[in-house]
Amino acid sequence: MSDGRKVLLLHGGLLAGLFALHFVLPAYHHGNLARIMVLASYAVGYNVLFGYTGLLSLGHALFFAAGMYGMALPLHHLGLPAGWALLTGLGAGAGLAALLALLALRTTGVAFLIVTLMFAQAGHLTILYFGEVTRGDEGFVIDAAQRVLWGIDLSAPDARYLAALALFAASLLACLALVRAPFGKTLIAVRENEERVRMLGYDTHLHKWGAMVISGALSAAAGAAYGLLFGYAGATFGSVQYSILPLLWVLLGGAGTVIGPFIGTLFMFYLIDLSSDLTTAYMLVAGVALIALTLFAPQGLAGEVRRRLWRWLP
Amino acid sequence: MTRIDDRPATTTRRGALRTLAGAAAGAASLPLWARYTHAQSAEPIRIGFQVHRTGIGAAYGRWYDRTTQAAARLINEAGGINGRPVEIVAEDDGTDPKRGAEVVEKFATQHGCDIAFGTLFSHVVIGSAPRAGELKLPYFVVSEGHHVASGMLNRYTIQPGITDVKSQVQAMAPFVTETLGKKVTLVFPDYAYGHDHRDFFSAAVEAQGGEVLAKLAIPPAETSFTKYFPKIPRETEVLYHVMVGPGVLTFVKELGEFFGGRGPELFGFIDSLEAVAIDSPGLEFLEGSHFWEGMPRYAQPDQSEYDAFYRQQVGVDDTGASVSDPTDISTYGHMFGCWETLYVVKAAMEASGYAGPENRPAMIEAVEAMTEMPHSRQHPQGPKIFNGKTHQVFGRQHISQVRDGRLVKVHTTSIEDTFYPDEVDYTTRPF
Repeated sequence: MSDGRKVLLLHGGLLAGLFALHFVLPAYHHGNLARIMVLASYAVGYNVLFGYTGLLSLGHALFFAAGMYGMALPLHHLGLPAGWALLTGLGAGAGLAALLALLALRTTGVAFLIVTLMFAQAGHLTILYFGEVTRGDEGFVIDAAQRVLWGIDLSAPDARYLAALALFAASLLACLALVRAPFGKTLIAVRENEERVRMLGYDTHLHKWGAMVISGALSAAAGAAYGLLFGYAGATFGSVQYSILPLLWVLLGGAGTVIGPFIGTLFMFYLIDLSSDLTTAYMLVAGVALIALTLFAPQGLAGEVRRRLWRWLP
Repeated sequence: MTRIDDRPATTTRRGALRTLAGAAAGAASLPLWARYTHAQSAEPIRIGFQVHRTGIGAAYGRWYDRTTQAAARLINEAGGINGRPVEIVAEDDGTDPKRGAEVVEKFATQHGCDIAFGTLFSHVVIGSAPRAGELKLPYFVVSEGHHVASGMLNRYTIQPGITDVKSQVQAMAPFVTETLGKKVTLVFPDYAYGHDHRDFFSAAVEAQGGEVLAKLAIPPAETSFTKYFPKIPRETEVLYHVMVGPGVLTFVKELGEFFGGRGPELFGFIDSLEAVAIDSPGLEFLEGSHFWEGMPRYAQPDQSEYDAFYRQQVGVDDTGASVSDPTDISTYGHMFGCWETLYVVKAAMEASGYAGPENRPAMIEAVEAMTEMPHSRQHPQGPKIFNGKTHQVFGRQHISQVRDGRLVKVHTTSIEDTFYPDEVDYTTRPF
């Protein structure tokens, strides 16, 4: 079997498996998986910038929150239909990423990390500052009656799961197409040796800018979907914690692998969920597991699979 | 460059067996997941307790837990609810709205809880309530937020054990303007909690013929407050402050240093100093100042037998500290809400003949039908009136003054002082 077929089989198989699980999972895990798929879409977006382009951002909560508020504010205050609100959310995140990239990409390495972190903090404080509109830290409920897309009630468990799956499938396939396209291959080359790519005549700055816009747009789509599917928008989602989480998910699952962000998000979610049943010190369990993984599988779970078994894994 | 590994990709027999064993273990655990789907009538009544064990609400969570366990033990000793024992299923929400919503889902679909209960922080309540409504899980919050009575939430979310911030704040205004002074300056954190105080208190003070001279919003990330104090108008008679979080000790200390004991009267909410000893170093400046208290932390000379009983059962001494550790100060002004809420749940389940999840709407209707809750062991904070339309309870509020490093109650409002016009009628919404 050719590598291309294996890639299609694996990722198609994952999506088909997730669709099949819709019919068999008990209610609790069904709900969890819907949440995990939306968060994994966020991680897929983060991975485009971190895993494939080699830019370590600590400011992605800005894009996630921009998507969430870009969707929720017009829906809540102006009564915009859910479909349009999703688009405004996506546009808010992509636009913000395009602007931020112009400034942040003037820096590299640690400076890039700090600049993105600072912008995200500024974004978080902006949400708090305009508390009259955003309801600040408390946030606000998105009315169930407004969470209807093309006549489908997204607050119902089945619709929510399938909508989350649709979003995840779109993100996963977009990422897969990206890394197999010349543009994506150039991003990987930028990650490996930016000087050499520039010497070959590529505009690396433009490529990095493009990567950041795509990454921001995917993160914003996840943020908008999260608000719409779970009925709440709040400033917590703009806090630094939500910039660190996608980094952890991607590191755990395998940076620079298409499937890694999903595996990392799934692993982390259930690690916390199951360990919190055993002990109140569940964050300690999560911390020890993270250290162990960093020591014994430094390339993440999917990265390790690629190193040991499936060298064709994109 | 990425290191190219040129070892052949092989699967060993041992590796394959390990994978198979893992898969088998996973498959074997499947029935466990599905086991707790329906509570049988002989089983205990499961109350999902959404507790802030970690995160910013941890100090409150610790005491909410102790109060809840004490009330559940008493209810069980007295025969449980409808002859069934009560089981508290606690889950940490990390004081985070995302995890809060997940925990509510876990109560409903994995633990098979009959209700969820006990959330304090407003953002966790608002983040979790939509899921509780969708899962049709009665959700009893102990948050004192105005979110329930404002109409923002849903028919399944009820706050019957603690009063809301709007009623508390407005009940303070008559005392402040009549006793402390009519010219008020507000200092509040610049986010939703502070904005509630700013809006509700300004309106209430003006309704009393007082005047709000300035409203000073402090940005959330602020660590030093000295630069804001010169903005306090000189003619200010009362400084109303509601700072919360770790900065509160610095705030009070710097305020004291700025005024040097010659400043305006201070009025604050005990929320800032819950779980903090009032005689802590740096808080000397609070001597003589006034605080709102939901329930007086120090046992007062006119202490009711219900307060004494509640204190003893929860394990709190006469100064509001744990009987086993005098440095462990309780969140006495709020935690009674858990106790009272559990007794409301018991009363509602008994009135509606609750047998299982199919009776949840009847149980909600039973709570909505409640009105007066007399001062009793079940309601040790004081008598209350429940408004079934707004799903919110109303009760007396207390004002205490710091004297010799103790909180001494100086005023108690009437229940009527806390009323305001209804903003919602949840009873008209479908289940």
